[in-house]
Amino acid sequence: MTQTIDPQPVRKIAVQCTLNGKQAEFLIAPYQSLLETLRDVLALTGTKEGCNDGNCGACTVSVDGRIVDSCLVLGAEMEGKTVDTIEGMAPAEGLHPLQRIFLEEAALQCGICTPGFLVSARALLEKEPNANETRIRLWLAGNLCRCTGYDKIITAVQRARDEMQQR
Amino acid sequence: MLVQLRGERFELDAVVDVKHVPEIMELSFLHGALTVGAAVPCYQIYENESIAKVFPGIIDAASLIGGIQVQTRASLGGNLCNATPSADGIGPLIVHSAVATITGVDGTRTVPVEDFCTRPGVNVLNSGELLINIRIEARPAHFGAAYQRFIPRNEMDIAVAGVAASVVLDTTGEHIESGRIALAAVGPTPIFAEQASDFLTGQPATAETFAQAGEIALTESSPITDMRGTIVQRKHLVGVLTRRTLAAATERAQGNV
Repeated sequence: MTQTIDPQPVRKIAVQCTLNGKQAEFLIAPYQSLLETLRDVLALTGTKEGCNDGNCGACTVSVDGRIVDSCLVLGAEMEGKTVDTIEGMAPAEGLHPLQRIFLEEAALQCGICTPGFLVSARALLEKEPNANETRIRLWLAGNLCRCTGYDKIITAVQRARDEMQQR
Repeated sequence: MLVQLRGERFELDAVVDVKHVPEIMELSFLHGALTVGAAVPCYQIYENESIAKVFPGIIDAASLIGGIQVQTRASLGGNLCNATPSADGIGPLIVHSAVATITGVDGTRTVPVEDFCTRPGVNVLNSGELLINIRIEARPAHFGAAYQRFIPRNEMDIAVAGVAASVVLDTTGEHIESGRIALAAVGPTPIFAEQASDFLTGQPATAETFAQAGEIALTESSPITDMRGTIVQRKHLVGVLTRRTLAAATERAQGNV
């Protein structure tokens, strides 16, 4: 990520937020997007840059419980917010069911879109544990994948839904 | 806005986060009148059950601008200020007779939404002015509205053409007292199709009326041929979508009779 809006050195802004369940404090330039903040400042490179203009969903993270394209918000807006990224998804040991089933169902090829899909799918299943296939496809319309043709991703989310319901 | 900044569409000295201004985040529904602050994100509109029940024609747009991630961020006010001809949010506002409240150093003024966009990407805001909110006054009892667009995908695409329509029916639910039609992506700005709208006055709420209105509406469009569609296809779509949205708006209005 080399592109910046203003290459001039500017006074940095101090931001405090809850990041993956922990208090985080960092200094960023006012023009840095949340995506740049995560990747370049905080070294959380699980969140991917795809299009950087709000089309592809590869950079999807959760802010105060709602998914958003992190390229479309500024890091400075995160003051006091709760931010959850792919790095916070797996429990201390093992994987989140969505992560494990994505692997089992081969719901990824190149993998660039995968963190975004996982964060989006988790948000849906937390909000709507019974989401049907139509709803899953609609919800994930903001995440683009150029490898899989989507079917394996949808299958994986449905299997994760069924498994998570049985708990 | 961030995307346009990165694309160097304009240069700025500073960015001010207006989302801390309470008026700009106001979403209120009082005595039938709806006030949508300029930066209220789409999801807050469609997740509000009382608004969704009374204004399904607005929800048609708020729930299809971008995907879920974008709806966390995108607002009808932003859609309006961006002033693209294909904006999904503007036609529905026009057919609800929505009015934009603008505040600036010289005071506050209001502009009907159909007069807000002047050419592609350009609006009536002067330097030093800010869109504060969009207001829709209480609708008549037998009012219904709908918005539909044509896109080659199912979701997340820019309209090849879009049509919004609204009707006010008489007490029998069989005649149209008045109606409004607005067109997207078929001219340099979103278009208020006044002749087609005027034609609806006093007409029976029938498929024949809707088809005639569609024929008039397409004469009020001035589409171009580009990568999304041709002039012929877009004119055809205006006719089809006008019929369909008038039928949908009428059905919703009849539910209110």
